[in-house]
Amino acid sequence: MAKQIDVENLNVYYGDFLAVQDASVNIAPLTVTAFIGPSGCGKSTFLRTLNRMHEVIPGGRVTGKVLLDGEDLYGSDVDPVNVRRTVGMVFQKANPFPTMSIYDNVIAGYKIAGTRKSKNDFDDIVERSLRGANLWEEVKQRLNRPGAGLSGGQQQRLCIARAIAVEPQVLLMDEPCSALDPISTLAIEDLIAELKASYTIVIVTHNMQQAARVSDRTAFFNLAGVGQPGRLVEYDETSKIFSNPSQKATEDYISGRFG
Amino acid sequence: MPETWDRVAADDRAADPRTAEAELLAEAGEHGTAATEALTGRLAGTAGSGASGTVAAPTRRHGAAPAAAPHGVSITGRSTRVGDRVFKGLAAGSGGLLLVVMAAIAVFLIWKALPAFSGNSGNLITTQAWRPQSSPPFFGIAAILFGTVVSALIAMLVGVPVAIGIALFIAHYARRRMATVLGGIVDLLAAVPSLVFGMWGLYFLVPNTRGFQSWLSEYWGWLPFLKNTTATSTAQYGQSLLMAGIVLAIMIVPTVSAVTREVFLQVPGETMDAAWALGATKWEMVRTAVLPFGRAGMISAAMLGLGRALGETIAVALVLNSGFVINPHLTEPGGDTFASTIALKFGEASGSPKGIPALVFAGLCLFVITLLVNSAARMIIARRREFTA
Ligand SMILES: Nc1ncnc2c1ncn2[C@@H]1O[C@H](COP(=O)(O)OP(=O)(O)O)[C@@H](O)[C@H]1O
Ligand SMILES: [Mg+2]
Repeated sequence: MAKQIDVENLNVYYGDFLAVQDASVNIAPLTVTAFIGPSGCGKSTFLRTLNRMHEVIPGGRVTGKVLLDGEDLYGSDVDPVNVRRTVGMVFQKANPFPTMSIYDNVIAGYKIAGTRKSKNDFDDIVERSLRGANLWEEVKQRLNRPGAGLSGGQQQRLCIARAIAVEPQVLLMDEPCSALDPISTLAIEDLIAELKASYTIVIVTHNMQQAARVSDRTAFFNLAGVGQPGRLVEYDETSKIFSNPSQKATEDYISGRFG
Repeated sequence: MPETWDRVAADDRAADPRTAEAELLAEAGEHGTAATEALTGRLAGTAGSGASGTVAAPTRRHGAAPAAAPHGVSITGRSTRVGDRVFKGLAAGSGGLLLVVMAAIAVFLIWKALPAFSGNSGNLITTQAWRPQSSPPFFGIAAILFGTVVSALIAMLVGVPVAIGIALFIAHYARRRMATVLGGIVDLLAAVPSLVFGMWGLYFLVPNTRGFQSWLSEYWGWLPFLKNTTATSTAQYGQSLLMAGIVLAIMIVPTVSAVTREVFLQVPGETMDAAWALGATKWEMVRTAVLPFGRAGMISAAMLGLGRALGETIAVALVLNSGFVINPHLTEPGGDTFASTIALKFGEASGSPKGIPALVFAGLCLFVITLLVNSAARMIIARRREFTA
């Protein structure tokens, strides 16, 4: 079941450096939410707090709350490992495990968790996930070949297959298309539209056209100034953000891009 | 501004200039793999030289430079071609020279060992004795081969896991300060001459581990190779093949550790992130991302250690108590290796016609063993080449 995400007054730090200040958003289940904003304003940082990946970085910490269906991800009895199994992530640079075949990449989540399954079950999971990522037809003949041997777009879809193979409830994507050609970008955008039926999706994108095309709601992040923390400036329906934003900064950013 | 909205929606994806730049970026990222491969290759090469093994000569890739420069090429173009040719000549020359040296060593060993094949009243391979100077000469490599293989095996079994553990700790567990200090110590230890290890082994380790060896024999003696059948008191334990193996293990730990640490540090952050994001614990991350990535490097490092263990002369000669019999009870004193035999028997060898040939034959055996081991390691690495990033 896809879940609701509620972020309340979140401050995100790298050591003493405050990267994102006082952000609050409410993300409904089975929607696509886009994060836009200039480079360095904390989109990736904020996204990584939604599955506690932020803590992997030494000194990474947060204050505030992130609620997943009402349950605080940062509660004292919550294990970040379990959070990450529930909230999947796709990165800016496609990162299939270079030492694994396509097949093993897809079931990597199960192998990591030590889940034992029959060969048949794994075969089913691999086919279902690769179909889900619109990659099955392209790779079904070479599942035992290295995942790193695929094209950039295929690798990124492999990473999506790997993320959805473990059936997460939320899918986070950090600029998943920024290293891809237009055709691959199109393939992934179509995929996002399909995945929306099963997952709550949050996507960071540098590309405002993409935000407009794929998302239901858009959050605009900005820096108040050099050395200042990033802030969530405006969060609203995507059509509203792009046609009639309530904040001057949002309007400047969007119209600046489109002349 | 509904106009903007329209334009956004109707935007043609192909017109986005960012993707072209991004593609380039992606391509640049892919070249990281070449760097890793080069490193692995370099490590394998070092392992080879450490064990007097094979290092392949660079192959000729390009044909001769065109005789005439095309129109419009300036003087700088010409000078570059000269540089290219000089460099190519140097590289190919060095590679060729290496092959020549290798061949020369092999020919020398075979040539000088030939007399050892005749006039031996024992069997060159199966006899457990080394008396080439007696009349008639009576010698064979059986016990030496056993001692060499067993001591190197012990060194690998004990040393490599410890070395990999230390490397993992330094690369992925220790805090930065601790990692720097530990890394420095490991590098320092790797540079300590083996003579020092040998003396330390003989005068400190052996006397202080008699109790340990006797404990092994007493409580683990049901494993025949740990049983000491001759000793009646702890004082009679000492210069055994087991201790030689352990001194060798301690000796190779810094070397193997220093090399594997470098490989573990090369693991790309995004590969580790991939494991984290799938809900890996620290150990699961290491198992999924770090160890498989470092596989070729670990094998190469182990080979480097094995080369050192097989060829180690002085430390083994000091620690071991020669005997020239195959003794499967590894806690009992005695044992020989090719390298230690050559060093210990060299002084008395020149007086008799079979003395030197017999030792050269021992050297030839060592040469062949290291060659075989290195080739095997290279085959193991090559088998999964396409999966090594
Ligand atoms: N690993 C890190 N350590 C310290 N500071 C970081 C780290 N990663 C990002 N930052 C800082 O956090 C801020 C937000 O970065 P980021 O989230 O990557 O921005 P965006 O994704 O919006 O481009 C920047 O000022 C950046 O320098
Ligand atoms: Mg970013």
